Amino acid sequence: MAPGNVPHFQEELDQLKSRLLEMGGLAEDRMSASVRALVDRDHGLVEKVLAGDTPINQLHIEIDGRCVRLLALHQPMAVDLRMILSAVKINTDLERVGDLAINIAEAALRYLAHPPVKELIDIPRMADIAQGMLRDALDAFVRRDTQLAQQVLDADDTLDALKTQVFRELLTYMLQDPHTIEPSLDLILVSRHLERVGDHATNIAEDVIFMVSARDVRHHAH
Amino acid sequence: MSTLEAALQARPEPPASASQAGQACKVVVRGLNFYYGSKRALENISIEIPANLVTAFIGPSGCGKSTFLRTLNRMNDIIPGTRVDGEVKIDGRDIYAGGLDVVALRRRVGMVFQKSNPFPKSIFENIAYGVRINGMARSRADLQERVEESLRQAAIWEEVKDRLHESALALSGGQQQRLCIARALAVKPDVLLMDEPASALDPIATQRIEELIYQLKSDYTIVIVTHNMQQAARVSDLTAFFWLGRLVEVGPTDRIFTNPGQKLTEDYVTGRFG
Repeated sequence: MAPGNVPHFQEELDQLKSRLLEMGGLAEDRMSASVRALVDRDHGLVEKVLAGDTPINQLHIEIDGRCVRLLALHQPMAVDLRMILSAVKINTDLERVGDLAINIAEAALRYLAHPPVKELIDIPRMADIAQGMLRDALDAFVRRDTQLAQQVLDADDTLDALKTQVFRELLTYMLQDPHTIEPSLDLILVSRHLERVGDHATNIAEDVIFMVSARDVRHHAH
Repeated sequence: MSTLEAALQARPEPPASASQAGQACKVVVRGLNFYYGSKRALENISIEIPANLVTAFIGPSGCGKSTFLRTLNRMNDIIPGTRVDGEVKIDGRDIYAGGLDVVALRRRVGMVFQKSNPFPKSIFENIAYGVRINGMARSRADLQERVEESLRQAAIWEEVKDRLHESALALSGGQQQRLCIARALAVKPDVLLMDEPASALDPIATQRIEELIYQLKSDYTIVIVTHNMQQAARVSDLTAFFWLGRLVEVGPTDRIFTNPGQKLTEDYVTGRFG
């Protein structure tokens, strides 16, 4: 029997979906707050990001618990099975995004102890792209939209290119003035973290494609 | 002694409490033994069944789960040569104590069987019969209302409302089973016992029965026997595992199916059994 038609099973799937979205919203907010704190040199906001990890961690555990329960008690099949498997993986990706927000805030804290190396342009741009990818990946999950998921996969290249550009640019600053080495390294780390956020959004998009069309597009296995 | 028996004997005191959900206990069984002639079919069963939840009994064929279910409304009384000792309290009253009205007990503790067994009468009469003989309707209108309410509760009203006076035997198997559930509900029981209620039905009809069980639990205490473990997982809040006439383990269904406390239970739910 396909329990997908059972109303109360469906209800539980819907709840799982909405909890994942809540988790996605938290991860997105924390990531953008950490970058804003860096760009605006806002110590208070840095501290806020560093202290606010608990809700996301609690959701991480709760969502996994829901998935285990649904798998054990309802023996889901086909699209329902793929949805729950995807949820487990998306949950991990979102939790990692939450951790990366902490890493960015930690780098910001160190960076703010120095005078600014330069005006930050590419890093906020990277943050916008990463945030957009994350949002699109979650929208694609909710709407079961494989086209949107594919757009997320395509956007990842831009993010990778920007990361390389940030590195090259900061290298010139470091070569010119050794005092900028320490803060520049932190900016490089931030760009690296943002690039990782994009990778997690990519993972989510791949999971969406798997969930909707049962195709595995990971590792270019198109 | 087999490994299974050794595992069973090694376990601590028999599990007694099923009321982890903090729900009031509707049925409390203590030290129940049941005999078919000289054969002991149930051994020292103690369990608490909470109100307004679904409790499922699982276990291999012949483990005593159906026998135990039938002790809860004294349905075994009608089998000659059987004997029971121990205590079964429903709402605090021992149902095996002298002077108890067994017919009244079975009205309060309704039962649905594996094979649907409608009376060879109209759909309406199937429901109205129990209401009438129990003197539960004051007027014709009252009776009609009760019939409709019961059929609605059993999620079959929409399918039969235009043919209430046709024979119940013309209904499909799944409809007949829901009719039998409606018939049990019509006399306003507190507890509903279900013995493999979906095992003779196709997957779609099974799903409807399962969803019905889920909806009914807010008003009734439901105990279901099923040889289908997946069904127990889907519909129940608590699961009790029986083996060789003994209650091996009882607990919240999600725990029994994800992290059972007893090796025997784990072997059974993972299919490493027999």
